[in-house]
Amino acid sequence: MTNIKKKNKNTLLEKEKKLGLILLLPTILIVFSVVIFPLLANFWISFKPVSLGDLRPPKLIVKERIKGKLSNKNQLAEIQYRYRNSSIKYDLENVIIKDTIPNGFTVKDLHPAQFCKIKLKELTCNLNNVSSRSSGKIIIKIHKNDQWQKELDNPKKTKPLVTFSSKNVLTSFEFNTENFKKVFSASEFFEVLKVSFYYTIFGTAGALLVGLLAAQILQKSFRGRSIVRGLLLFPYVSPVIAVAFAWVILFDPFSGIVNSMLIQMNVIDKPINFFGQKYTDIIIFGYVFKFPLALSMVIAFEIWRYFPLSFLFILARMQSFPEEVYDAAKIDGASPLQQFYYISLPFLIGIMSILFLLRFIWTFNKFDDIFLLTGGNAGTRTFTVNVYEQAFAISNLGAGAAVAVVIFIFLLTFSLFFMRYSKKETF
Amino acid sequence: MFWKYGLFFSILSGGIWGIFWQIFFTVVGILTLGTPLSLELSQIMIIGPLAGILYIKSQKFLSIKFHLTTIIVITFLIFISHLGNPYQAKDENRLIIFMLTLLTSFFIWVSLNHSLYNLSPGKLSKHDIESFFIKFMWGIGLIILILITLIPFYIMIMTSLKNQQSLILNPLDLSVNLNTDFKTLFNSYIELFTNFNFHLFLINSFIVSCTTVIITLFFSIPGAYALARLRIPNKKIFSGTVILIYLIPSIVLIIPLYAVFSYIGLRNSLFGLILVYPATTIPVALYMLRGYFSALSSEIDDAALMDGLSRIQIILKIAIPLSKPAIVSVGLYVFMIAWNEFLIAFMFLDDPSIFTLSRGIMSLNSSEIPQQHLMAGAVIATIPVMIIFLYLEKFLISGLSAGGVKG
Repeated sequence: MTNIKKKNKNTLLEKEKKLGLILLLPTILIVFSVVIFPLLANFWISFKPVSLGDLRPPKLIVKERIKGKLSNKNQLAEIQYRYRNSSIKYDLENVIIKDTIPNGFTVKDLHPAQFCKIKLKELTCNLNNVSSRSSGKIIIKIHKNDQWQKELDNPKKTKPLVTFSSKNVLTSFEFNTENFKKVFSASEFFEVLKVSFYYTIFGTAGALLVGLLAAQILQKSFRGRSIVRGLLLFPYVSPVIAVAFAWVILFDPFSGIVNSMLIQMNVIDKPINFFGQKYTDIIIFGYVFKFPLALSMVIAFEIWRYFPLSFLFILARMQSFPEEVYDAAKIDGASPLQQFYYISLPFLIGIMSILFLLRFIWTFNKFDDIFLLTGGNAGTRTFTVNVYEQAFAISNLGAGAAVAVVIFIFLLTFSLFFMRYSKKETF
Repeated sequence: MFWKYGLFFSILSGGIWGIFWQIFFTVVGILTLGTPLSLELSQIMIIGPLAGILYIKSQKFLSIKFHLTTIIVITFLIFISHLGNPYQAKDENRLIIFMLTLLTSFFIWVSLNHSLYNLSPGKLSKHDIESFFIKFMWGIGLIILILITLIPFYIMIMTSLKNQQSLILNPLDLSVNLNTDFKTLFNSYIELFTNFNFHLFLINSFIVSCTTVIITLFFSIPGAYALARLRIPNKKIFSGTVILIYLIPSIVLIIPLYAVFSYIGLRNSLFGLILVYPATTIPVALYMLRGYFSALSSEIDDAALMDGLSRIQIILKIAIPLSKPAIVSVGLYVFMIAWNEFLIAFMFLDDPSIFTLSRGIMSLNSSEIPQQHLMAGAVIATIPVMIIFLYLEKFLISGLSAGGVKG
């Protein structure tokens, strides 16, 4: 009896397992092909000297030309095949060009004779190697014979057939660490590292603080609160490209409102290029500080765009908090600041630290915002912008991939830290 | 100590509110008039505190009549102290200048009424001081928060309605002349839809976003159900991997994707985008829906199983109808991600006839195309998201707070 029960249970479990895996399989496949595979491919590419041009495979370009009159029986005409290796980097190997000479012609001369053969009107040229950027000519001298027919016999009617093999850097098994050497030894590496961490730490902390303030303000109920709550989420839900360009135009040095306004009110006398100036001097009590202007602007944008998120989370958490505790504290004579410091803050610290970690990871990975605001110039180049810069601006895919690997390693470290931490805290 | 008295706080808040509203309305004046106004702060630094003292001393007989009189008196004081011309403006704008001054005094008084309400001028307890401080900061904080959030959007809309000539002539003049006809006012929008193919971009964006939502939901609903309900080996590892994948940014994947998609010829096509987008959104959707499904009570499922329904039937007939709001919010969130996506669209699409809106706006960012076109494009891209957001705010907020740590 118990045996049968057990058996039934087991088959049910087996069935469930199977069904579960079937339901998850499409997800696994899609995610594997578009996320995991590229991730591995990224490691692969980062160890190879690949440039953007390598994505276009090398080709042998052959052009056929005819010189002289073909219809003249006594005169020799020439068929010329001009070939060129389109790649500036890679040699082509085992190059063979084949073509058919129509029956109406007799071949008189062949050049270069050591490579080319004619067998039964079939021209075969075995050129072996064509090195990068090199070109050459095959010349065949022909004249008309008795079988010639006007319409049928045109040597150009059959296209030359080209076969060759070439090395493909993407799939070959050659690896080197040049890319990483380049990335780490460049003097800008530490600059990029510094900027990345400045941006991430100040952007994350700023957004969290402003979000906390906003949540405190919106916790008090007042008329129109739900409208204001919706309003404050605008920066986060709008397309990044729209709001980034709005900021760029707002702070434009020539036609931007902020600059004109500041000049108008006699606060400054020259327009400030907010997103294009690396440093600006700020004089406090006679000391001159070099203030990283563009970086601060980018951080300000980051705070502006992402404070709604922390605000939303913190507000949700605060509204789940029992009101009675505050009432009890009031009776005990706790002042508002004490209530905040001793009741609200300890209650919020869990969600805030989780938010900080998650946002830290996301800010570190942020590309769009900086790219659209400054293009990574004026001291705002973070790792993510550097990926684009290396891979597509300097068109060195390998170096770009190496930077992406560096990002991924940082990401992995942060996420392991996050995973370990979030186990302790309930989200 | 003097700073423990209510009188001190009335002076302080009078001064700060005075300066705040004076700056605010000078800016408003410059933007509506388009003519230079100078920012005059010295007079208001005396009038503001005076108003504060007046408020706190006269708290016993506050009435609407009293409020109105004081507002007019403050306006008068501002005018007199500036010798009749508060912003050093030209004569022809008299009426607007008067309105600005009246508004300044009105708002100073209203703000004082909020932050000094029920505050005694005498010595205050620590509790009272803190309450005052919090109330005061609450007011200023709320206003600054709203302003900072809205200004870029305001600039976006106003710039899109201007024409090139007036923008270069005076960048500060953001007033919109409502007497101009529809065509001149919305010139940039008409231009974008007729000469810049924006109707195509809009359609493309809709196609890509909607397809992404459909594919994402189609795969993530059964997946999430399996993770929430079925006994699968190594479930924890799987869930952990989902979160980890969801943290991988597209910039790390873009180089191999670019290389591979170029090789197989899918790069410059909407189909390529539709292949990539769901892969980035499925983990998010899975993560969010799993939470919703596990919150449903499993007893319904057990009862249905007893009645002979298969798991697939349970998903279709029980899980989906029960979590409709959740599915709607996940769908909206995915739509938003796909609609706003920039990097992959920017790297993949070269052919203008298949641009999505993000990519299309990027192509407007050149020195040859006037700024107001760029801003009109930005408005066009923002409006659909805003409509969705305003109509379905509640859904979306629950979606955002469930999975919105991404982005």
